[in-house]
Amino acid sequence: MSSLQSLDIAARSATTTATPHARSTMEVAKLIDVSSCIGCKACQVACMEWNDLRDEIGHNVGVYDNPADLSAQSWTVMRFSEVEMPTKDEGSRLEWLIRKDGCMHCADPGCLKACPAPGAIVKYDNGIVDFIQEHCIGCGNCLIGCPFNIPRFSKKDDKAYKCTLCSDRVSVGLEPACVKTCPTGAIRFGTKEDMHEFAAERITDLKERGFENAGVYDPEGVGGTHVMYVLQHADKPELYHGLPANPTISPMVSVWKGVTKPLAVAAMIGAAVLGFLHYVKVGPLNSDEEKDKEEV
Amino acid sequence: MTNHWVDIKNANLVLIMGGNAAEAHPCGFKWVIEAKHNNKAKLIVVDPRFTRSAAMSDYYAHIRPGTDIAFLGGIVNYLLTHNKIQTEYVRNYTNATFIVGEGFSFEDGIFSGYDEAKRKYDNKSWSYEIDDEGFARVDMSMEHERCVLQLMKKHYSRYTPEMVSKITGTPEKQFLKVCEMVADTAVPDKAMTIMYALGWTQHSIGSQMIRCGAIVQLLLGNIGIAGGGMNALRGHSNIQGLTDLGLLSTSLPGYLTLPTDAEQDIDTFYKPRALKALRPNQMSYWQNYPKFFVSLQKTWWGNAATKENNWAYDYLPKADKVYDVLQAFELMNQGKLNGYICQGFNPVGSFPNKKKVVAGLSKLKFLVVIDPLNTETAEFWKNHGEFHDVNSEEIQTTVFSLPSTCFAEEDGALTNSGRWLQWHWKGAEPPGEAKGDPEIIAQLFLRIRSAYAKDGGAFPDPIVNLTWPYKTPGNPSTEELAMEYNGKALADLTDPKDPTKVLAKAGEQLSGFGLLRDDGTTTSGCWIYSGAWTQAGNQMARRDNSDPWGIGQTLNWSWAWPANRRILYNAASSRPDGLPWDATRKLVFWNGTSWGGSDVPDINPAANPADADRVQPFIMTAEGVARLFAPSGMADGPLPEHYEPFESPLDANPMHPQNAKARANPAARVFKGDLEAFGTAKDFPYAATSYRLTEHFHYWTKNVKTSAIIQPQQFVEIGEALAKSKGIANGDWVKVSSNRASIKCVALVTKRIQTFDCGGQKVEMVGLPNHWGFVGLAKPGYLVNNLTPFVGDANSQTPEFKAFLVNIEKA
Repeated sequence: MSSLQSLDIAARSATTTATPHARSTMEVAKLIDVSSCIGCKACQVACMEWNDLRDEIGHNVGVYDNPADLSAQSWTVMRFSEVEMPTKDEGSRLEWLIRKDGCMHCADPGCLKACPAPGAIVKYDNGIVDFIQEHCIGCGNCLIGCPFNIPRFSKKDDKAYKCTLCSDRVSVGLEPACVKTCPTGAIRFGTKEDMHEFAAERITDLKERGFENAGVYDPEGVGGTHVMYVLQHADKPELYHGLPANPTISPMVSVWKGVTKPLAVAAMIGAAVLGFLHYVKVGPLNSDEEKDKEEV
Repeated sequence: MTNHWVDIKNANLVLIMGGNAAEAHPCGFKWVIEAKHNNKAKLIVVDPRFTRSAAMSDYYAHIRPGTDIAFLGGIVNYLLTHNKIQTEYVRNYTNATFIVGEGFSFEDGIFSGYDEAKRKYDNKSWSYEIDDEGFARVDMSMEHERCVLQLMKKHYSRYTPEMVSKITGTPEKQFLKVCEMVADTAVPDKAMTIMYALGWTQHSIGSQMIRCGAIVQLLLGNIGIAGGGMNALRGHSNIQGLTDLGLLSTSLPGYLTLPTDAEQDIDTFYKPRALKALRPNQMSYWQNYPKFFVSLQKTWWGNAATKENNWAYDYLPKADKVYDVLQAFELMNQGKLNGYICQGFNPVGSFPNKKKVVAGLSKLKFLVVIDPLNTETAEFWKNHGEFHDVNSEEIQTTVFSLPSTCFAEEDGALTNSGRWLQWHWKGAEPPGEAKGDPEIIAQLFLRIRSAYAKDGGAFPDPIVNLTWPYKTPGNPSTEELAMEYNGKALADLTDPKDPTKVLAKAGEQLSGFGLLRDDGTTTSGCWIYSGAWTQAGNQMARRDNSDPWGIGQTLNWSWAWPANRRILYNAASSRPDGLPWDATRKLVFWNGTSWGGSDVPDINPAANPADADRVQPFIMTAEGVARLFAPSGMADGPLPEHYEPFESPLDANPMHPQNAKARANPAARVFKGDLEAFGTAKDFPYAATSYRLTEHFHYWTKNVKTSAIIQPQQFVEIGEALAKSKGIANGDWVKVSSNRASIKCVALVTKRIQTFDCGGQKVEMVGLPNHWGFVGLAKPGYLVNNLTPFVGDANSQTPEFKAFLVNIEKA
């Protein structure tokens, strides 16, 4: 997405200038109650419709997950996991855990930290992390920075894409398209505080139904997220198609941000200087072409 | 549905069995979530597969396809033997007290009155004992050995947990856990709702499965109350409207029925339909049959329907047999039916044994397909390679494709599962040459009528005299059609008790079916829809969702048949003294002078519960009470009994191992030639079932890109044990065969399909999702109905799509 006027930018990739703070924005969150999700994929279709995305009509690879993975055209997909959980009286009980996968909109976004392109990734004051594709240089660092393996590159334009949390809708007071579509109310949207409150109600209910470890997924390792899950087994998030138990930003990114970034910036400046010298010496790139035209 | 979608939120327990609401009714399923979140309801799912609904359940039990009566019969036995029934409800509101005649018997799996040669029952011996006044005898103590309760105790005593487990493959422990949870709702302040769909209807014993569910609900006192009921989840958005309007071969609108060959005069026609009360003072509402029928005839034939010609009774065809879809394709194959109009219907995709269906279509002179999208039926003559390998040159059928509109391209009402008629307005103009269905039919009719007017014919009267009062005869508006089915007064209608009082003036729209007359002074094209478009306007377009009683009873939102009543049999929500069984979920009750409450009373509002012969809440039956035992109305027995599917992995019915006649439903119709096309477990050892996925809607949405993206390609589901024994890995290509054909697709190996242990015999299952075919945007696939058997339920003739036999091997 491009930057949205009514949303203040709180952080901007590879940028050192100060961000605006005049307006006070509420922190928002999307809450996905996995225990109420029937895996109907209406959210996937709503995402396609609102964002004008159409992935390939693919193949069945032996699972219900279709498209089989996130892509530049599929910003959210359902992940189906069949797990056998021990029970008190019947040995074990089959559960079909269905998790809507997509960008978690981390408070401390690894993608943004890793991104070398100024302004290609922004975090708004309300917590939404957005990719601004016109600034994206296609380097792939955001994928290294992301602890959830979310960004995907388009073969068409070599730029990274992911869920925007419908920042365009949110900026004008609407809920994300997936939230609006969800037929069971498993996806909710509101202030992060309200979402925690609702999650607490769900967790009480789940505990009464015997899910002793029910809880909310809002991992601290990335400063919390603006997409949260209610999980029946919050003690074992890996059950949900490998949702990381303790997501953290790759040390490589921290190194880049800490020690190497000034060096890299120096290298970039160096490259720019060299380029300038080259221009002075050789002239503009297209000069040969122009010569050809003149000859014709 | 006896109840409605919103009401599911009032349930304490939801039983989903014979359906998969989360998968097939994702929007309606929100009310199950609502019940769970806000009413602490528990959800039980009983299904051959661990479905998306099962994923949401508090308890899941697996069951071999086609054995639901064994499971439910086992529940009946549990309730009766553990005395977990709502006794006063059963005593007062069901026919448990009625005494059945001495002639009734049940031996070795066959009820009395069976004619083996015709595969039919004569139900005379199933009747009640009648007293001198013509009323049925009852024993309120329910101890008489031939009273229904005692007959049921005897009948279902055979359904022990061991026997249930042997038949269904459900572990005894799981079965008993379900029994305990269900039995908890036998108290007046707990309600269970049953949600079912095609998982019950699509069996050769489908109607009896549903009846067995209803019996469980009646024993528990769960019918007629908020949060209870027998709730059929209808598949198409307007399939309820289809049945209401009688779009079945021998039906008339409003659940009236066409006369049979034996009913050549109107009095013979009325006799079995306009039922006299079987107990004193009961409403037996079908007594009004002539009012509904004459009003229908007046709607259709106006002035040509007179008292003298018995309201044009002779205009109606007299059916020699049921002309259901299976019958129609049988007749095509015999060369006896040579023209066919398919309106919004894709039989090549939707009917069993595709080979036979295509062979039938190939013998037609003409086929007309009226559909908004391209269908397999419209292209049955075209070779589509391995997916549909026909020789076009050999097919001489002329096919006409008439593009029609989708629901969003037309105004009109859709009737939902909860019987609500909700008016909607078009969102877009139809593309290209598409026309609305009323216009297409009107254009056809006008041409047929002028041909009859010009050339005469054997009997032109019903065609040339049909009323056609529409402003644009070639394109009737949906508003006009809706006003017509509501009905109007043809003369001033006065109050029978006070002739000076005019209830409706001539020409006015009627306020409801209570005004219908059998003297030719009223019209109504569908009596149960009377009240939908009154003098006050279109009631279906109402959108006030206020809920004054706080239990989801929004009487000013749209309009529900009958009479805007939201929960059927709601007078049963109150005790025999007229006060609610449960004060926290009041529906209707006696306030001392009349019935009232949060719903439109399903009883005469003035019927005083203190009367000597209290008017009972099941006003549509002649008994005034609900039928646990059905002395009439069912082709295959007065009590549900387990029979195996026609193709079963078991050699015999474990209930009647010695009697081959009682292996499968003895009263189901089987055409010559189809019996031979059934496979046996020797060649096709695996139980198979076909079903739908949430990503698609039947065979339509494979034409929609977004749906094709989220579920692109055909697959078959098998359990890990079967996969291992056959060397099939997840994602491998497999060949699935039945005795009729074989298909190829991708295998999905899953823990969600488990082996059934049927008394030591291990039964594996193959799950076959529908949805793919040889037209559309999704990857081409084989229609699953290449595999399914050509046999239907003994009552409804709905095909047995849910239980048959296949073999599977690596392709």
